[in-house]
Amino acid sequence: MDAPAEILIKVTINGGQHRLSVSPHETLLKMLRERLLLAGTKESCGEGECGACTVIVDGRAINSCLMLAAEADGSEVLTIEGLASGGELDPLQQAFIDAGAVQCGFCTPGMIMSAKALLMRNPHPTVAQIKQALCGNLCRCTGYTRIIRAVLDAALQPGGPRAPQDTGEEHAEDN
Amino acid sequence: MGEYVGESVRRSGGEERVTGKLAYAADLHIPDMLHAKLVTLDCAHARIVGIDTTGAAELAGVRCVITAADLPQPVPRYGPVDRDRPVLAVEETKYYGEPVAIVVADTENIASEGAALVRVTREQLGGVYTLEEALAPGAPLVQDPALRPESPLRGSNIYDQWHYRWGDPDNTSADLVIENTYRFPMQVHFAIEPHVFIAAPGEQDGVVIWSTVQHPFVLQREVAGVVGLPLAKVRVIATEMGGGFGGKGYPKLEPLVALVALRTGRPVRLLMSLAESFLMGRRASSAVTMQNGFDADGRLVFVRSSADYLIGAYGDITKRIVGKAAYVATGPYSVRDVDVTARAVFSHTVPATAYRGFGAPQYLWALESQMDEAARQLDMDSLEIRLRNLPAKSTVLIPGETPVDGEWAEGLTMAAKAIGWHTPLAAGRGRGVAIGIKTPRAGATSQVIVRLHHDGSASILTGTTEMGQGSQTVFAQIAADCLGIPFHGVNVVSGDTGRAPFDAVTASSRSTVCMGNAICAACEDIKGKLRELAGELSGAAPGGIVVSDGRVRVSGSSLSYGDVIGGVYGRGEGEVIGVGEFRQPKDDRHPLGGPSPFWEIIFVAAEVEMDLETGSYALTRLATVADIGKAINPAQVEAQDEGGALMSIGQAQMEQLIIDREGIPRNLGALDYRIPTTMDTPLEVASLLLENADGPGPFGAKGVGESGAIAVAPAVCSAVSQATGVTFTQLPITSEDVWRALRHRAANT
Repeated sequence: MDAPAEILIKVTINGGQHRLSVSPHETLLKMLRERLLLAGTKESCGEGECGACTVIVDGRAINSCLMLAAEADGSEVLTIEGLASGGELDPLQQAFIDAGAVQCGFCTPGMIMSAKALLMRNPHPTVAQIKQALCGNLCRCTGYTRIIRAVLDAALQPGGPRAPQDTGEEHAEDN
Repeated sequence: MGEYVGESVRRSGGEERVTGKLAYAADLHIPDMLHAKLVTLDCAHARIVGIDTTGAAELAGVRCVITAADLPQPVPRYGPVDRDRPVLAVEETKYYGEPVAIVVADTENIASEGAALVRVTREQLGGVYTLEEALAPGAPLVQDPALRPESPLRGSNIYDQWHYRWGDPDNTSADLVIENTYRFPMQVHFAIEPHVFIAAPGEQDGVVIWSTVQHPFVLQREVAGVVGLPLAKVRVIATEMGGGFGGKGYPKLEPLVALVALRTGRPVRLLMSLAESFLMGRRASSAVTMQNGFDADGRLVFVRSSADYLIGAYGDITKRIVGKAAYVATGPYSVRDVDVTARAVFSHTVPATAYRGFGAPQYLWALESQMDEAARQLDMDSLEIRLRNLPAKSTVLIPGETPVDGEWAEGLTMAAKAIGWHTPLAAGRGRGVAIGIKTPRAGATSQVIVRLHHDGSASILTGTTEMGQGSQTVFAQIAADCLGIPFHGVNVVSGDTGRAPFDAVTASSRSTVCMGNAICAACEDIKGKLRELAGELSGAAPGGIVVSDGRVRVSGSSLSYGDVIGGVYGRGEGEVIGVGEFRQPKDDRHPLGGPSPFWEIIFVAAEVEMDLETGSYALTRLATVADIGKAINPAQVEAQDEGGALMSIGQAQMEQLIIDREGIPRNLGALDYRIPTTMDTPLEVASLLLENADGPGPFGAKGVGESGAIAVAPAVCSAVSQATGVTFTQLPITSEDVWRALRHRAANT
């Protein structure tokens, strides 16, 4: 089999511009983990069911195992590594620690990214909205109760949840 | 009591986890690493006629293709109890997914491509995939009888059997006798992190293994046996795991990967997908028949029971699973006359292995369902019938066993009260209670080293692994209080056989008690040595020197640890090394090898809301009460119970691994095997603790971690049963099952 041609893409990842040559079959997940060594995004089911690989692309939480790297051309990608800024944790990250919402931690990055996308479009969600937003992120350790509490706690922070850097109104998902 | 024990100290490693910085096994980059892929067949039981590796071997980037013929002969076998499992399938595959070859290549993609090019000629053979098939006369034998020539069971598919008996079960009688057979399905662990196995040759002519493994010392022993190296040359590093639940306990494919790494002379990684991880182990399915006799007041007079657990193609740890399950067949109840038999039955399926709760969920669900049925027939409250049968503290439940060590009636009452047991029940709702109990591993040892550094901080070197349960946090809390030093001044090095001393297993809810006690002993050892050093420094007799609250008091002066260590060894040099161990008594006459160190027990109350038209139901309220002795970290204990509870809700409502008539699993992967999501959480959850400091662990602690996964399903079933008037004898109970049961009942009344 001939080696497939590479595709040149431009993508913004955690605020930084990247020009990358990717394979046609390369997923965004593989690109992040293996090419850019952003291993905070996890691979579990590899078929879009568990949410461990969730990242935010142009304001929307997506399963990076189901998106081709080439499809991310021209997009802004936010991963778990880009959430804390200036050495300070995002209020969601802090809330996960404070609420005891982390056990093994393998689902945590994806869970936090799904929650982040929710808070970006809906800063003050109800419990039902949180459950709905996170129902595609599987956790086998916690029973979810403390995760839901952490998201509520983060939403109740003074001034509401913080927007990630360099992502303005255009990141808000159309509802 | 010190400063940290009893406090919900924030989890060690929490920040690493929320930032994605924690390196799990799949995140490790070992220089020069090759990638492996397994070759498996499209059927379960088959004779391997021939393997043509030519196509794969010729593929650019493939380094080698290894079949059983390329391995040392006879092909090495391994296993935690009996060494019955070959490193690669020999002559035949015994279950779907059993590897027949392994392809090693420069990249994962090439390895996968290579594996697809290996041509295996095979002849499919008849197999046994259910208890009925495996136990039928003339059934094909799963295990070669030559592997157990001395066993009277070698001509059958029975791996082992157990018989427990006390009182006079042959001449007993009761006012009410209830008999049912309860069927529990296979389930998979579904840790979100799939299995990863890496092996590298080197480090003084040995082999180093990084694995998602809960019990690195068992793995070290088995790999050493397979590759023929002394233990000192086999270093197993258990990476911090993304969940385990027993599924990562016993050796999987590490012995194969170790052989391959030694063969190629390079590090080799075998990364499993989640679907492939389902083929690494599963919970034994079972059929438990229970005949229970009650007197007119609802007292459980006798239990006569027989159980068959369907294990897989290899023994793994199932001898302990089934033996222990049957041992607690009477659950928490005081029963006069008991006769229990159980068998572990081989099949051509994925090997059954440890799974949160070990074999107890299968048995306890049957027992608790019988209690509910008795309550219904005697027109008693299902809480009341249990309270009438719960023993008082110090009662001996099983002859020769550790007496009752908790306030069980109080615990059950607390759980019921937490969901408003005696308040009126809304229409369409049902309530249930259940109790989960198990014994932790008996006769096991934990050893530890604690190093007190010259600045007063400390390192714990422990073989206990971290998989999310929070052992590192709890150990640091215990050591900080024992030594009187800050929690943040304690570092825990976990699960590395090259650095830490022996620990039997990280399982069985034993770590806080067993390793915790060993850590306390090591800290006492340090204090004794500090007294000697302070005596050497001051000339005072060590007997008059007091070490407490992080200070050393010698003849009126108070010294820091650093003053003493620095004074003896020189400023900025030296350390004090404490060793500790916790060794449980061994008793060869005891069926489990020794009495249980404590009883792990949980009390559960659940309320469900039913749609009697469609059969769908949801949990409205759930309360668990763990009789924990002393919670070293209350938030972590509560969180363990919450997680176990949701896993058990999965058992009740949805989870089962489906094996078809040809032995092929039909729901491998997250798409087809459903586990609970946020949408399945109960509306209200209360995770409560009963603390009377009556455990054998540090500060009166008992173990926690498994019980939530035992009793919640029975409580949910109890509630569904109350709401519908139907006793269900098969799990899971899906909405469709409820709908069918209601239709069946309507048609017959």
